[in-house]
Amino acid sequence: MFEMVDVFLAVGVSIGFTILLCLYRAVRGPGVFNQVAAVNVIGTKVIVLLVAIGYIFERPMFVDIALLYAGLNFVGTLVMAKYLERGEICSA
Amino acid sequence: MMKRSTVAIFIVMFVFWVLLSACINPLKGHYDLIRIVVGMICAAIATSVSRDLLITGKEDMTLRKTLRLLLYIPWELWQIVLANFDVAYRVLHPKMPIDPRIIEFDTTLRSDFALTTLANSITLTPGTITIDVEPERGRFLVHAIASKAADALLVDQTMQKKVAHVYMEERGGE
Amino acid sequence: MLGIGVTDIISIIFMAGGIFFMVTGAVGLLRFPDFYTRLHATGKCDTLGEVLVITGCMIFQGWSFVSVKLFFLMFFIFMANPVGTHAIMKAAYYTGLKPWKKGEERR
Repeated sequence: MFEMVDVFLAVGVSIGFTILLCLYRAVRGPGVFNQVAAVNVIGTKVIVLLVAIGYIFERPMFVDIALLYAGLNFVGTLVMAKYLERGEICSA
Repeated sequence: MMKRSTVAIFIVMFVFWVLLSACINPLKGHYDLIRIVVGMICAAIATSVSRDLLITGKEDMTLRKTLRLLLYIPWELWQIVLANFDVAYRVLHPKMPIDPRIIEFDTTLRSDFALTTLANSITLTPGTITIDVEPERGRFLVHAIASKAADALLVDQTMQKKVAHVYMEERGGE
Repeated sequence: MLGIGVTDIISIIFMAGGIFFMVTGAVGLLRFPDFYTRLHATGKCDTLGEVLVITGCMIFQGWSFVSVKLFFLMFFIFMANPVGTHAIMKAAYYTGLKPWKKGEERR
């Protein structure tokens, strides 16, 4: 009847729809803080989307890429927050 | 020459490498020598770089604290699941009943790990987010979304007592 | 008959719950009237939704090296998302963004 590939396809499509919803806040948000928060949310959604795509195409390599992207997203958000608070990144 | 804690951190990093790269396979019995050697070099570099961050010199009774932390985590997970339904209710309600305010309180925790655990727990249980922490007096600045969540932190103080019991700093650190 | 077993049904339940929380988090990002309240919606519902979805994938996989990597990914997201939320909220507070009280208009 239906297999597990259909479930992962449904998960992927739902996450894509959620990313489209967050794009409105990333474009419109009054001020820069709303935009940074929306980009952080989109980044964490992309991690789960990568895992789902890895299951659809049956390649287990995508989990390593998701692990790396999680680290990159985290560091990017922290650097943006530090720059917005102090006006500089490294005080050397 | 090398302290016990440094060897412990090196072993943890090497086990992490083995789990990520699958170079020692216990079921089939074959192992990959090049990846093991590269793993040992990388674990040594990571240990030497991060040793000053993880070992502060004030650790005692770490085993008991770790066991109590493992007992604290399931309670916290249950609180997170329970109260996330509360945030989902507030988002999907047509009238959106929120009433945000900023509150401030003192605790008896002083060490780094304890303050970080409490700040993460406050941010994960819905209703409150930590804004700022002062390590000298254990003062937390918290943004709460409704009066019910704010009262649970200010009046009951359940979470502070549990974290203080885990890290054994119950009666003030001075 | 159906081609799926009991383990698969449990993982489908976990994934459905996770997707529900993620969509709720995004709707909260659009609906709430102020920056601080929007961070409430995403910092919590998002994290829990992702943890549930990845737990569903772990249950589907069984015992192998891939599920160990998925467990590390879930643990990292569980620790890193609140820290990022707190960092950006602290930056906004100390730059002077005023919080919203009940009865004002949307911003």
